[in-house]
Amino acid sequence: MRRLLRNQKSNKFFGRFFTYLFLIVLSIIILYPLFITAQSAFNVSNLAAFTLDWHMQWTLDNFRQLFSQTLYLTWFKNTIIIAISTMIIQVIIVTLAGYTYSRYRFKGRKNGLIFFLIIQMVPTMAALTAFFVLGLIINGLDQYWYLTLVYVGGGIPMNTWLMKGYFDTIPRDLDESARIDGAGHLRILCQINLPLAMPMIAVQALWAFMGPFGDYLLAAFLLRTPSNLTVAVGLQQFIANPTNQNISLFAAGSFLISIPIVVLFFFLQRYFQSGLTAGGTKG
Amino acid sequence: MNNHPIKKSVRKAGLLSLIPGLGQFYNGQLAKGVLFLLITIAFIIELATIGIPAFQGFITLGTVPIRDHSLFLLVKGTLQIIITFVFLMVMLLSINDARHVARQWNTLGMINKSVGSMVKNVWDKGFPYLLTIPAYFIMLFVIVFPVLVTLFMAFTNYDFYHIPPARLINWVGLQNFFDMFFLSSYRDTFVTVLGWTITWTLLATTCQIALGIITAVVANQDFIIGKRIFRIIFLLPWAVPAFVTIMSFSNIFNDSIGAINQQVLAVLNYIPFVHIPDIPWKTDPFWTKTALIMIQTWLGFPYIFVMVTGVLQSIPGDLYEAANIDGANFIQKFTRITLPMILFATAPVFITQYTFNFNNFSIIYLFNSGGPGDVGGGAGSTDILLSWIYKLTTGTSPQYQLASAVTIVISIIVISVSLFAFKKTHAFSNEEMM
Repeated sequence: MRRLLRNQKSNKFFGRFFTYLFLIVLSIIILYPLFITAQSAFNVSNLAAFTLDWHMQWTLDNFRQLFSQTLYLTWFKNTIIIAISTMIIQVIIVTLAGYTYSRYRFKGRKNGLIFFLIIQMVPTMAALTAFFVLGLIINGLDQYWYLTLVYVGGGIPMNTWLMKGYFDTIPRDLDESARIDGAGHLRILCQINLPLAMPMIAVQALWAFMGPFGDYLLAAFLLRTPSNLTVAVGLQQFIANPTNQNISLFAAGSFLISIPIVVLFFFLQRYFQSGLTAGGTKG
Repeated sequence: MNNHPIKKSVRKAGLLSLIPGLGQFYNGQLAKGVLFLLITIAFIIELATIGIPAFQGFITLGTVPIRDHSLFLLVKGTLQIIITFVFLMVMLLSINDARHVARQWNTLGMINKSVGSMVKNVWDKGFPYLLTIPAYFIMLFVIVFPVLVTLFMAFTNYDFYHIPPARLINWVGLQNFFDMFFLSSYRDTFVTVLGWTITWTLLATTCQIALGIITAVVANQDFIIGKRIFRIIFLLPWAVPAFVTIMSFSNIFNDSIGAINQQVLAVLNYIPFVHIPDIPWKTDPFWTKTALIMIQTWLGFPYIFVMVTGVLQSIPGDLYEAANIDGANFIQKFTRITLPMILFATAPVFITQYTFNFNNFSIIYLFNSGGPGDVGGGAGSTDILLSWIYKLTTGTSPQYQLASAVTIVISIIVISVSLFAFKKTHAFSNEEMM
């Protein structure tokens, strides 16, 4: 009996030991590359090696150079403008469409949903030229509104699907009783369902906002003038040329855009769980 | 009851609406009729001035080089097809409406004629359509349009020998698909790239899902101190923009100056009996592939982690209590309760993760530009289909026709595999959901 008890106790000890070991090793694997990037942002310029350096010289020169000698601030401003407009338009459209597919039964509903699911699986990579020509025809090349529309369109199908899944989890009884009390379509949407869907709307807003910060391909293709670029395209230029890489500048620029996004991420973090598990899992 | 002398013919109302508006006039709904008729007239004017030439250009793709720009003709033709499709939808709507109203007249003996009641009716019955129209409108131009252009380009000979406007593009039928499967140089590249794409998709996605589930299960135990801090750390790979981390990894895995060879392996070599020489991460295909899979696992697991944590917290505790009483051990509890619950709730999302990685262009392109080496047809040894398509359309000797044909083939593969998987996981079976 005592041996059994001791056995259990040592089992428990090993369980906890390996749990913490796992968590700590994983944390190191996650933090290590991020620290390297963050650190090289503060390192004196010419880097001999891209490693974690314990006794390096700290400097803010990279940031100074970023602000004074490159178009970084302009790129940042451009990206913010595009990101905010994408966020607003996409969230409105996706919320309305997701709500409709969740709450209304109408002709063409099922086909519409399957269409949303399938169409987003076709890669539009080969049609980059088509976007380019369309941009020429409607005078949208090098224009923010065109890029914004392309981002919004690309985000609609999957996010509508997730949004619908979230609305599905909001009980319908509330709608019914409101309807009996004489509430119209808009009131049921705005006063009952929208407030309840706020967690998912917040998640959607964050994703839509992050998109333009992360996209390299479309922006590089549709924007031309150096002062019109987004941050991702601009930063890529620092390290695009293998013989003349400026890793420190790249790291400094990356550091600066990562901070606000990471902060936003953690503020909205508590919504993720509910938004994702409800919206994502159903379908 | 029959206080109106003339019955309306449902058939006649519908047929008249082949010219949208006439059926509404027949029913006596002037305002609606005028609206439909205006749309019709606008479309006819558009067709006469822009539409007919656009269709002609689409069919011939131009006859005189320099004067006719084949690519523009193709794009304009595609746009015209979309516009025509939209008009056909309006026509269908008008026919349905005319028949509906005529039937209503015959049974109820009354219809709404005033503008006010018409607006109210549209608001009431058409509310779901009104809310989804913006989504469809944007998707028509941003998604359907490029998909159609890709589809059409796959049937042309648009490559570096036929760059408009100096040269004309021509329709070539199924030639490109034929080349892709029967011309050995294309076929070999296609098969090699497809093979790696599938290996990549399966390995990278499975690794990220597995790590996500394991981390969620481990980090969700009650006794852990500092749970919140670990959770925040585990979210970081998701929160930092992917292109930043991928480009950093591209340097970290650098053969000569990267941290992995310089620092990580150096530290590991301190362990007795461990001696790992420098690894050619960026120059040996096998090691580049290994690095890519590791990086994608790093990047992709937080999403799964967050979702699975949510599922874990919703599993009722009595299930585990009952299992404890029955003497189940940790592994039994995991395989009999936890895993089935997770898979049941999140299988559809896992499928979307596989399709995501199948088309995960940015990691392949930004890490090592699809290199090292060359497997023919312009593809590098770690190129997946999508990054190969990108190279085919942006390289110095572009082959849009081949890129489009490849796109069509992989779309068919991805769509049929995922529809099959969705069916298997019963994502569609619940009527509530569809």
